[in-house]
Amino acid sequence: MGKVTLIDRRGGDEQHGIEAEAVNSKTARALYAKRQQIYPKLAHGFFRNLKWTAMVVLLAIYYVTPWIRWDRGIGRPDQAVLIDFEGRRFFFFFIELWPQEVYYIVGLLVLASFGIFLSSALFGRVWCGYACPQTVWTDLYIYVERWIEGDRNERMRLAKAPLSLDKVRKKISKHTLWLAIAAATGGAWVFYFADAPTLFGQIFTGQASATVYLFIGLLTFTTYSLAGTMREQVCTYMCPWPRIQAAMTDQHALSVTYRADRGEPRGPHKKNETWEGRGDCIDCRQCVAVCPQGIDIRDGDQLECINCALCIDACDEIMVKVGRPKGLIAYDTHVNVEKRERGEAAGIHLMRPRTVLYAVLMVLVGVIMTYALVTRSTLDLNVIRDRSPPFVRLAGGDMRNDYALKLINMAPRARHVRISVSGVDGAHFISNGHRVDANGEIQVDAQPDAVSNVRVHVVAPSDIGAGSHRLRFTIIDTATGEQAGSASVFFAGAAP
Amino acid sequence: MSDKIDRDDVSGTETTGHEWDGIKELDTPLPRWWLYIFYASIVAAVIYWVLMPAWPLANGYTRGLLNWSDRRIVAAEVHALEASRAPMFNRLAQASTADLARDPELQEFARAAGESAFGDNCQTCHGAGGAGSTGYPVLADDVWLWGGSLDEIEHTIRVGIRSGHPDARISQMPAFGRDHMLTVDQIGNVTEYVISMSAARERLQADARVAALGAQIYQEQCAVCHGATGAGDRVVGAPSLLDDVWLYGGSREEIRRQIDLGRNGVMPTWERRFDDGTIRALAYYVHQMGGGEPDVVAPAPAQTAAPAPGIDQGQGSGAGADATP
Repeated sequence: MGKVTLIDRRGGDEQHGIEAEAVNSKTARALYAKRQQIYPKLAHGFFRNLKWTAMVVLLAIYYVTPWIRWDRGIGRPDQAVLIDFEGRRFFFFFIELWPQEVYYIVGLLVLASFGIFLSSALFGRVWCGYACPQTVWTDLYIYVERWIEGDRNERMRLAKAPLSLDKVRKKISKHTLWLAIAAATGGAWVFYFADAPTLFGQIFTGQASATVYLFIGLLTFTTYSLAGTMREQVCTYMCPWPRIQAAMTDQHALSVTYRADRGEPRGPHKKNETWEGRGDCIDCRQCVAVCPQGIDIRDGDQLECINCALCIDACDEIMVKVGRPKGLIAYDTHVNVEKRERGEAAGIHLMRPRTVLYAVLMVLVGVIMTYALVTRSTLDLNVIRDRSPPFVRLAGGDMRNDYALKLINMAPRARHVRISVSGVDGAHFISNGHRVDANGEIQVDAQPDAVSNVRVHVVAPSDIGAGSHRLRFTIIDTATGEQAGSASVFFAGAAP
Repeated sequence: MSDKIDRDDVSGTETTGHEWDGIKELDTPLPRWWLYIFYASIVAAVIYWVLMPAWPLANGYTRGLLNWSDRRIVAAEVHALEASRAPMFNRLAQASTADLARDPELQEFARAAGESAFGDNCQTCHGAGGAGSTGYPVLADDVWLWGGSLDEIEHTIRVGIRSGHPDARISQMPAFGRDHMLTVDQIGNVTEYVISMSAARERLQADARVAALGAQIYQEQCAVCHGATGAGDRVVGAPSLLDDVWLYGGSREEIRRQIDLGRNGVMPTWERRFDDGTIRALAYYVHQMGGGEPDVVAPAPAQTAAPAPGIDQGQGSGAGADATP
């Protein structure tokens, strides 16, 4: 058992140096290498605080959302956000969507895609660094780990220490807390699919369905294993985003960058030594120690890097201590690094064809979605023509076609509607238990928040000619005048 | 081949010890995650053998500690389903025609149950949706041999046609040609007469001169069942000859052949196969295809009055096929 060296003598500056090997550094990277545990050191600074804030806000959204109430009237779910599989509805505050309106979800996904494209083109992998659930939960798990086992050095020492009561106690506490968080994660997930307060009681009294327990178990397992034990491997090996990333960014995209133009040549620096003829990087390896992905940012852009910017905080702290300007590691672009190396003026170009296009597309999709949502009709009609028999020849020679009408009433109240048919001369409804009024229209009730099935028979005179004739069904709400229509055909057969 | 472990210089991995013309094979260990899953699968398999039916024996199989049986589970589920539907079938069996006309929920149930039974038992001959085919009556139209009211349809389903049931509906179209009751010329003449009295007279361009020759034969041989005017008679199951709907085909040759051969189809009796509820459901399903005769089905009071929402919707509407609570 080797003694852990806390201070790296190679680092030169004894106050700042640390022994930290980037386990995933470019040189150490091997396909068949066994995974080495990473012990990220706690960073302090602007980006660490930003990440704490993002973590708290995102976790709060996740855990609190199912508990927000939203009054929709008696007998209707009062949960603001509810994916009701059983009732086949999606509730989102004032919006209620039916399964056939899934294109709104598609629109939302398109919007999210362009959003992530845009953010990547502007600021690199900000999603990975701040908002991805893998990042958020891993951050939370590392926080718990640090709280129980201490910071980097103490954790490393504990890992190497022989089995003792204290070690067992710490390990058990950590894993218990992790499992509790994991269970709470799975527990919160199921609340999105059922009434949260009711389900909450059911879960603890054993009355919830097997599906509920299965999903809680599943998400407990994935949370615990992904955030607790697998961590950076998820980003490196499992997630497709790092591969897609290459197409989403370009040399103008901001990303966490080691400014080699300023840092090199790197090397240890002693107090009162001159900074002339050398770079600002004192090779203290703090940026490596804080990295949750186990890389050395000074190797440049890497697949493993999630752009969490913690190395910026670590480096800035050192730069302040050694009296050099901050920003040796910073959000910067490849182009800028190259420009400065050539002695040209650097600049940031957020307005580029790519970013403008993404932004325009986002606005476009957003406008289309908003328009669709605002003008969304709560009355719709689907017509399914009977395929067998394709037509019926009546004793008098007339032709009859039969249709199944689906009156879709998305409003939470019953509506009285008139059904009319048009497009074929002489085509009219015949009674089939429905009252056909003096105008030749059928009047029925459309049940609230439901699809009402109405079978209708349409008869056309014998002389309309064989073949398909265009036909249109229209329904009109007798109270509000709201309309919906659907096209179909009337098929007349040839002579027997 | 050597006994001592040989390691590859470049990768540091053990080799298999074999060497072919200087080429050695690396003995790269299996990934640990793969190996663990492999071991876990072996353990799971053994547990499965103990708990679940697994090994075939000479006569039977190992049943396992859980005594699991998919067959038993399915049987129980089918039984539970039947039990859950029983009250509706009972209601349907006891409902009068008027009851049925007033009850959208019962109508929806009857339609669904009828459609299912029809698909399994009737569709083979009568076609999907009662489309019919040559020799098998169309059920969706408004032409009925034995009557198109709910009661009449139900009775036909119960006793069948030429089925051997004591009360079976029986009609007999003679084979005028095959049995030498009429000559070929006489059959030709009476065919033309039948066409001339039907709605097909223009379509087939009936020959008035030939038809006139068949008139007397018609009155002697056919009118007793089909009626003097050809209107048919439902009491004896004789079809109307006035329309343009032909069970055995509507061309001149097909009409002639039916007079010649006098084919008579058979429909089984379904009384012994189905319970009362299912038969009622079948009758309702056939009746609502579009040609059901409304005069015998007493209309619900609301249907003749002003629109009374929720009552006069007829079958299908509002019974909540897709309704959510």
